[in-house]
Amino acid sequence: MAKVKDVLVDPIFNNNPITLQVLGICSALAVTTKMDTALVMSVAVVGVIMSSNFFVSVLRNQIPTNIRIIVQLTLIASLVIVVDQILKAYLFEMSKQLSVFVGLIITNCIIMGRAEAYAMQNPPVMSLVDGIGNGLGYGAILMGTAFLRELFGSGSLFGTQVLPLATEGGWYTPNGLMVLSPGAFFIIGFFIWAVRVWKPEQNESE
Amino acid sequence: MLEHYVNLAVKSIFVENMALAFFLGMCSFLAVSRQVKTAIGLGAAVIFVLTITVPMNNLIYMHLLRPGAMSWIHPTLIAYDLSFLGFLSYIGTIAAMVQIVEMVLDRFVPPLHAALGIFLPLIAVNCAILGASLWMVERSYTLAESVVFGFGSGVGWALAIIALAGLRERLRYSNPPAGLRGLGLTFILVGLMAIGFMAFSGVQL
Amino acid sequence: MHASVPYHLWFSAAVCVVCAVFVSSSAVLLRERQVVNQALDMQRNVLLATGLATDDEQLSREDVEARFAKIRQIVINLRTGEEASEIDTATFDQRIATADVSKSREAQPNNAGLRRIANHALVYELREANDKLDLVVLPVRGLGLWGMLYGFIALDADLKTIHGLTFYEHKETPGLGGEVDNPRWKALWSGRQAFDASAEPTIEVIKGLAGPARDDPHRVDGLAGATMTSRGVTNLLQFWLGSDGFGPYLDVLRRRMEI
Repeated sequence: MAKVKDVLVDPIFNNNPITLQVLGICSALAVTTKMDTALVMSVAVVGVIMSSNFFVSVLRNQIPTNIRIIVQLTLIASLVIVVDQILKAYLFEMSKQLSVFVGLIITNCIIMGRAEAYAMQNPPVMSLVDGIGNGLGYGAILMGTAFLRELFGSGSLFGTQVLPLATEGGWYTPNGLMVLSPGAFFIIGFFIWAVRVWKPEQNESE
Repeated sequence: MLEHYVNLAVKSIFVENMALAFFLGMCSFLAVSRQVKTAIGLGAAVIFVLTITVPMNNLIYMHLLRPGAMSWIHPTLIAYDLSFLGFLSYIGTIAAMVQIVEMVLDRFVPPLHAALGIFLPLIAVNCAILGASLWMVERSYTLAESVVFGFGSGVGWALAIIALAGLRERLRYSNPPAGLRGLGLTFILVGLMAIGFMAFSGVQL
Repeated sequence: MHASVPYHLWFSAAVCVVCAVFVSSSAVLLRERQVVNQALDMQRNVLLATGLATDDEQLSREDVEARFAKIRQIVINLRTGEEASEIDTATFDQRIATADVSKSREAQPNNAGLRRIANHALVYELREANDKLDLVVLPVRGLGLWGMLYGFIALDADLKTIHGLTFYEHKETPGLGGEVDNPRWKALWSGRQAFDASAEPTIEVIKGLAGPARDDPHRVDGLAGATMTSRGVTNLLQFWLGSDGFGPYLDVLRRRMEI
């Protein structure tokens, strides 16, 4: 049981896909301008990693080595297409906002990375848990970044105005940098710094 | 006519730089930029893969997947719309192309193949490559435009990663706080480079 | 595991078939819902432009369809401005027609980033009970900063006063160019005059603040930090309201009203 807990919780801070493994960066920058898009993206990615880890693990002894990358990609791509179809059918507004980035979940290196690094060597249930853990780690950074970007960039959280905007008679002038991608880079850079001050074992050597 | 293609090329290299304006391909961008030599190798591989896959995917989309595309095979097939197979097809051509590049490099330029190591197969999951094909579909480019767009995007991405590698090699001599060393500082650095590239946004030729 | 060549082939084929069935079934099963969603989205946006619906209203499918039933859809020939009754309004898709070389032409050089113009367009008319024209809604599109903006502009019965402007699809940066969706900015368009005394489209989005509609009829506040998007909106409106766009159609309507 302890092992399941480790596999689930480790990727959130100790081995976070974004801040330590350097995976899944592209979407972390693109969809974090608002918290609702970040949430939908996180849920979609958790769903895809769980399923892809599970199926790759179930087939891990049957997949010939020479074609394993392509087989993994095919499985991941199929899952993402289904997620995209579901979004277009049931959450149409959200799918318009996410547009091209839903397709880019396929190339989200976390999914491919965990399939190669974990699912190919471990049994299905543990792979599923590993998938959830990494998805949660990814989601944590996404929501944290989105929180700061939406709050300081638009003065709102989940679409509800929290800081009254100057253009509407309030006092807050939104920080334009937060809405643009460089702002996300800075925020993630500072997150990395904060996590490494908390856990110095993650520091890189000279 | 030529002006249109030059315009497109300059736009895809600078104004719409895949790495610094759209932030695609970040994982290998951040991971392979420690040394200029490997950055140049990866950049060249990305240019090659992009220049070939974007036109190839354009042909596949135009003649097989688009609504009504298959009318050239048989008139009754005009009713079919296979665009939902887009992701699978594009990633398939990209993965196949990368596999071919790996085999060619292994046979003809072994030192580069060894230097790139694991990052060569990782080009297959480089979101810049898939992103370029998806963008090409969104903007309905012609075949010629796809070639120019693929080449230009590749050059832009390569320029960005080589620049970042140059800067990181210099940064090795600096003395930041332990927590910022390496990755943290790189993120902030890329953020600053991105702001620099924003100077190009809105440039119309 | 290392395996024989036949095994490779057998395994790849099996994976392909299973994935293909999985993906295709989801696409086919969900297709109808998706098409309905897209159609509803368009209809809702036409309603927003006419003011028959407001941004904060949560409308069910039945609400949208009921309100939309009051609107008449017409396919017109862009060049002549006359109705093209041979084209079925239910199946006409503006974007497919624009991409089809047999149904479109190359655009004259323009500022709106448009390369091809379809020969026909789907417009919407809202008429009162006695068939008198109340509002006309025109589909507009043009290049912003990151991509095409697609929207609707609604004109009052005098065919000069803007009733509303709404964009239903764009790729502009949220918080900057994306503010074209801000209800407060959209409200600024009500009552502005699209044309000047010589019937040339002159409405523009300026840098900075414009006055209220009564005092400053031809100008609308700019979007802070979004020069390119603002310019894009000006350019696309001036194109589609001009002689290369819906000019001929508006002329036809004016002539009919004078009769």
